[in-house]
Amino acid sequence: MMMKYYTTDDNMVEDAWILRLYVAGQSPKCLLAFANLKRICETQLNGKYKIEVIDLLENPQLSKDDQILAIPTLVRKLPVPVRKIIGDLSNTERVLVGLDLMPHNS
Amino acid sequence: MNLTRNKLLKAPTGIQGFDEITGGGLPQGRPTLVCGGAGCGKTLFSMEFLVKGAMEFNEPGVFIAFEETEPELTTNVSSLGYDLDDLVARKLLVLDHVHVERSEIEETGEYDLEGLFIRLNSAIDSVNAKRLVLDTVESLFAGLPNEAVLRAELRRLFRWLKDKGVTVVITGEKGDGTYTRHGLEEYVSDCVIVLDHRVVDQTSTRRLRVVKYRGSAHGTNEYPFLIDSSGISVLPITSLGLDHEVSLERLSSGVAELDEMLGGYGYFRGSSVLVSGTAGTGKSSLASHLVQTSCSRGEKVVYFSFEESPRQIVRNMKSIGIDLEPYVAAGLLKFHSTRPTFYGLEMHLTSMYKEIKDFKPSVVIVDPLNSFVTGDNQQEARAVSMRLIDFLKMNKITGFFTSLTIGGSAVESTDIFISSLIDTWILLRDIESGGERNRGIYILKSRGMAHSNQIREFLLTNNGIKLEKVYVGLEGVLTGSSRAAQESKENAELELLQQEIEQKKYSIERKRRALQAQIEALTAGFEAEEAEIIKKLESENALLERYHSNREIMGKSRGFSGKTK
Repeated sequence: MMMKYYTTDDNMVEDAWILRLYVAGQSPKCLLAFANLKRICETQLNGKYKIEVIDLLENPQLSKDDQILAIPTLVRKLPVPVRKIIGDLSNTERVLVGLDLMPHNS
Repeated sequence: MNLTRNKLLKAPTGIQGFDEITGGGLPQGRPTLVCGGAGCGKTLFSMEFLVKGAMEFNEPGVFIAFEETEPELTTNVSSLGYDLDDLVARKLLVLDHVHVERSEIEETGEYDLEGLFIRLNSAIDSVNAKRLVLDTVESLFAGLPNEAVLRAELRRLFRWLKDKGVTVVITGEKGDGTYTRHGLEEYVSDCVIVLDHRVVDQTSTRRLRVVKYRGSAHGTNEYPFLIDSSGISVLPITSLGLDHEVSLERLSSGVAELDEMLGGYGYFRGSSVLVSGTAGTGKSSLASHLVQTSCSRGEKVVYFSFEESPRQIVRNMKSIGIDLEPYVAAGLLKFHSTRPTFYGLEMHLTSMYKEIKDFKPSVVIVDPLNSFVTGDNQQEARAVSMRLIDFLKMNKITGFFTSLTIGGSAVESTDIFISSLIDTWILLRDIESGGERNRGIYILKSRGMAHSNQIREFLLTNNGIKLEKVYVGLEGVLTGSSRAAQESKENAELELLQQEIEQKKYSIERKRRALQAQIEALTAGFEAEEAEIIKKLESENALLERYHSNREIMGKSRGFSGKTK
């Protein structure tokens, strides 16, 4: 089952971010990752984002598209280039680096 | 307790020879590590395991490729005649390319490899797979930043795969001093197979070794294997024992006189025959005779030639009246010509094995056997020869080997390295005398049959090989024109003697006739005399009679008779 979480006002903006979070069931790591992701998006992306949560236990064939091995994995589909962030996103700094919201050298 | 129930089940690989070494294949439902250096055939081995499993044993498989994409894989194995697309379409195979790119990945906290598990699980379930290949899982070490997590997850993965009951092949690149670069052998403890690609004396040989097979006996040697148009074939040769069956059937050598020397019937079927001699003594010609006589009976022959091309052999044999071409056309004779240096000894052996297995001949010719010996690899050459001879004997194939001995050295000693394996050993040698070089043939040994101890002269004629008795007399062994001269000399003497006998016979006859004539003359004389005497006697009797009758008449006329006194 694919779940979509939109920004509060549900208005898609031109340069919106599309983020896809791959999880496997309701494991603590996955729940934590989702919570962390929501928190980071709220604070950093000013509502210009869309989160898709894909549960591989329900749609195992979807793991192929984004070459998902690790769970949880966050994929930044837009803006390009595609970035992959693995782990429960608890290291906020690394998440921001991974999403290109913070320069690598900082 | 029922032991058979607890016995380790095995998944046959279908790889030629491999199942024989391992007593049935890979451990079923357990992981097997196949490791080796670059280009040693790991991917091919595992692919063949899957394809054969799908096609021959009705066990669908999943191939997880970490290095090659699906189209690449399909193309790579299509040269072996495997149509992966077809297998995929028939739901017997799943190809999945798992791509890990380190540069795209940012690690931000705890994670596991559940995604890979789910992916494997979905692939396995989609075709109900019994076999799985991970080629090569070590790519994960390069792709994922946290090795501790990866190692824990790999341990969990193999546990999970065992529980799932799929037979797994994991490939691994050979490391420095370890079987695999990242120590995969730590996780896979059931069966470890090492593939090797070695170059010795500029020739390469592929070898395979079962390092470990928990719960099963297995051959522990290094086995050479071959990758060719039909995949991998492994040779479980050295595991053979000396328990082959023997035959009493005899096989003509194709030369009547030689059969005669070999107890009257020729070689034993399934025995090994060695013909050794210096260059140009007629070894190949003798081989061709065997080919001809076997093919004419409808038996198949493989001729391994290491010095001449097939056409050359056919042409050369025509000169002694043996036409091999029709047998080639009829599919009874197969030439297999390769240069000895083309590849290593093991590879030669492997390709010969394959040829023999495919063609199923009853006679195999190897001409010459000792072309394998280059430099100081005598030990190896001996081992290879022994394995070949063993293999032929196991399959009741008659092996005919020629051996080129170096002029000047003792023929018996140069072949010592294989002589003990040979049942019938024929020696061809030059006999130099009277300004000529002639060929001599003799049987050095022939196990299990009475055989001639003679040296015969060996002639190559327009109608094949002829064996002549050599002249052995006061003047030594004579061959060639000396023998001919000696023979004509003997013939002349014989003729003279014959004439004398005739003459004597004639004179006796004449004497007998003279005697006969004399006897006849004497008899005639006697008969004449006898007739005369009879005649005389008759006339005297008549006279006497007349006398008596006259006295009677006289008496009567005097009136009284007989009383006149």
